[in-house]
Amino acid sequence: MEGPTPLEIARNVVALARRAGAEQCDAIVSMYTEANVTVRLGELEKLIEAGGMSLGLRVINGGRTAVCSTSDLSPLALERFAVETVDLASISEPDEFAGLPEPELLSRVTNADGMGLYDERIETLSTEEKIRMAKDCEGAAFAFDKRINNSDGASLSTRIGQLALANSYGFEGAYPATSISLMIEAIADDEEGKKRNGYWYTAERALHRMVDAEQVGKIAARRTVDQLGARKVATKRVPVVFEPMMTIALMGDLVGCATGGALYRGATFLANRNGEVIGSPLVSIVDDPTAQGRLGTRPFDGEGVAARKNQIFSAGHFSHFLFDCYTARRTSNHTTGSAQRGVESLPAPGASTLQFEPGRDDPESIVAGVSEGLYLTALMGNGFNPTTGDYSRGAAGFWIENGRLAYPVTEVNISGQMEAMLAGVDMVGNDLSWFGSSAAPTIRIKEMMVAGT
Amino acid sequence: MSNPGAASLEFFATRYNIDSAAMSSLLSIALSRGGDFAELFFEHRTNSAIQWEDQRVKSASRNVAQGVGIRVVKGDAIGYAYTESLEMEAMRRAAETASRIGTDDERPTPMDATPYLTTASFYSTSDPLTDEPAIRKVALLERADRAARGFDNSIARLDASIGDELKYVMVARSDGKVVGDIQPLIRFNVSALSQDGQSRQVARTGGGGRMGIEYFERVTPEELARDAARQAVLQQGAVEAPAGVLPVVLAAGDSGVLLHEAVGHGLEADFNRKGTSNYSGRVGQSVASPLVTVVDDGTIVDSRGSINVDDEGNLTTRNVLIEDGTLRGYLHDEVSARHFGVAPSGSGRRQTFKDYIMPRMTNTFMLPGQSTSEEIIRSVDRGIYAVSYSGGQVNISNGDFVFSVTEAYMIEGGKVTAPLKNVMLIGNGPDVLSKVTAVGNDYQLSDGRWTCGKDGQSVPVGVGMPTVLVSGITVGGTKA
Repeated sequence: MEGPTPLEIARNVVALARRAGAEQCDAIVSMYTEANVTVRLGELEKLIEAGGMSLGLRVINGGRTAVCSTSDLSPLALERFAVETVDLASISEPDEFAGLPEPELLSRVTNADGMGLYDERIETLSTEEKIRMAKDCEGAAFAFDKRINNSDGASLSTRIGQLALANSYGFEGAYPATSISLMIEAIADDEEGKKRNGYWYTAERALHRMVDAEQVGKIAARRTVDQLGARKVATKRVPVVFEPMMTIALMGDLVGCATGGALYRGATFLANRNGEVIGSPLVSIVDDPTAQGRLGTRPFDGEGVAARKNQIFSAGHFSHFLFDCYTARRTSNHTTGSAQRGVESLPAPGASTLQFEPGRDDPESIVAGVSEGLYLTALMGNGFNPTTGDYSRGAAGFWIENGRLAYPVTEVNISGQMEAMLAGVDMVGNDLSWFGSSAAPTIRIKEMMVAGT
Repeated sequence: MSNPGAASLEFFATRYNIDSAAMSSLLSIALSRGGDFAELFFEHRTNSAIQWEDQRVKSASRNVAQGVGIRVVKGDAIGYAYTESLEMEAMRRAAETASRIGTDDERPTPMDATPYLTTASFYSTSDPLTDEPAIRKVALLERADRAARGFDNSIARLDASIGDELKYVMVARSDGKVVGDIQPLIRFNVSALSQDGQSRQVARTGGGGRMGIEYFERVTPEELARDAARQAVLQQGAVEAPAGVLPVVLAAGDSGVLLHEAVGHGLEADFNRKGTSNYSGRVGQSVASPLVTVVDDGTIVDSRGSINVDDEGNLTTRNVLIEDGTLRGYLHDEVSARHFGVAPSGSGRRQTFKDYIMPRMTNTFMLPGQSTSEEIIRSVDRGIYAVSYSGGQVNISNGDFVFSVTEAYMIEGGKVTAPLKNVMLIGNGPDVLSKVTAVGNDYQLSDGRWTCGKDGQSVPVGVGMPTVLVSGITVGGTKA
């Protein structure tokens, strides 16, 4: 594509904002092309191709903050945009904690060379190849079991992007990145006119790391037919086994409570608990944006601070919160290089590449040790209260009887208190599995309330 | 806004030189490989927000987005492309990309795009909030802060924000129709923290609609802030909820979100076209208790879910989905309407020009019945009274849903008693609708705070409900 690069635009708009009177500012520019093919019942259903570039500018003047974004990047528009952003900052009130990272915190690594974020194969992948992968995926789902009689389609998406960040201290970083994903939802008819569905996906930065298309289709089909005949169970307290994807969901809820934003707002049950033992010794969680080639991997965070590995839980010990500069200053801490940032928003701390560290147990042995309990494969709704740690979500999966999956279960609810749940983790599998930017093994929580009939 | 349709067409013509000739030329490229139907969706959107924390303005933001999405339909297949640039060259490239869903050799099709003026005006605002000076918006945030702190000594924090959007849209279709609209939207959010010793509770609420600053003549910042504060304080004394199947009284207003999730989505015609909904092929059949009539209506003046025209340029309408328990029809966009051989219902919506069209709800509600809310509550010996919600989720293919109830009470001996914490409702849409045993005469439209997500796309919606008794729903409490 012709015209200035994202980094040139970021550098330019920082200069324009400085000229308009900005004391401190940083600009983020995202350029991308994306494509999607969706195949349903063997036919091409949707073909999407598009691209664009947009810009976000943060201005901090005497502690007063404004953030603006635009996709109109013509030179004249940029100048006006910079002036408007500087003007907008005057609405805010001074906040002593607002500001760019101290210059010594800025990353010396300003590109992502060697981090495995870009796969040239994504550029050369033809539309025909993408359609073939989606067809193979859906075809494998139908071939797996004749009870699969419908599909919501198999969808393959690719994205090729370039991200640039520049600030008024002279930081300039930029890197290209790719991503590719394949997803399918398979459907079967159950009794009483009910339908059962199961989905599966693979999402990676590089083509060669994806799960094979047919395998994705087969897993979705198996998960669908496994749910046929699902029923409610009687309300009782039992052990709950989380399959890896469910452990990731639990970990996401937990780590949301371990951010500086939740801390200074008083909206987390972990407030002022760092350094304490909160979970069982089997609970270790790490956020590592330096992991090779993962979807959450990055050389620097949304403010230009060097990416680093943060151990959030270590053998049940809650080690520390994730901070960006603002929330760190605000709570007398140091940034952990965890600023997440989109073009339209201010930086805010969050996780990048999360991993619940695997244990020693075979997943089969975890189930085998349960005389009666729930094997969890799906969660629904948002019933977690980060402030109190009260946890309550809709659930589906299998009922475990005498160490074996006995029958599928649906329309039940699991509930507990996050702190007690973490303390109750009594087995952790050796089956670390990646889904997108996170990974986790099977885990077992000693006891939760399962509400049914 | 005198005529929002005409004003939007004028906006795109003067600002970007996108006139009838330009649109005709782009549509011609889009159909040059033999598509059946093509459409251009132009959008210019400005969002502003002011964030309030620690008794001061924390930050201000303003986001401007513009672009065009171009869709070509060939049979049931869709070619789609978009660009953030409204320069003719970039738009031509996008039209060319979208055309590739057609398979014929290139042959230009002459097109004629003609402005079609709509007269619908379901937003009464004369001045969108984007035009208000920031100082007036800040004053509203200050008022909310004072009210929450004055409500109870335990209120230790109030976070609030005021956000507004002004969206110019223009749709040009290959059948020649060109339609525009200007859509205002305002949203006020509050989050109150109650701190009592070590016990902290946060409660959130909000409101808004397709209005300007006059929204605050109907609902004051003080009322919203006190409501959040009241809920946070209430939670301090809330007790554990029972687990198991119980009668549930759904309070008027916000409970409409349950109807939206548990029933509404299953009636969106894309799922039914594909046979992936539990309501597929059931038009004319009984799908609910005879007390139940469900309507989706995009024409309610000033409501958050209303639109003058949908994002395919079709007029918004009032659609009866379930009438006295019988399924009457689905919500359609152009593609599903063609498939079923019916007229589009004005339900084609998209989050932005980057997103493809789907049938979506606007304002969805249940019509009132005969009972009073007092009678309904009195009829319950032991059950739950559910008042407000933080959200929910449904599995379209079988109607299974869950809801998080943020304000709920026990009903004991026909009386509302202790507030409950951590209440989830788990059930199945069709099953719950068949168990509706009383419908109140106290219909209420919820204040404009709901956003609906589908396939990763968010659109503003309205919900409404009278008081309703459901004879049994699984309650996911913590107490056996």
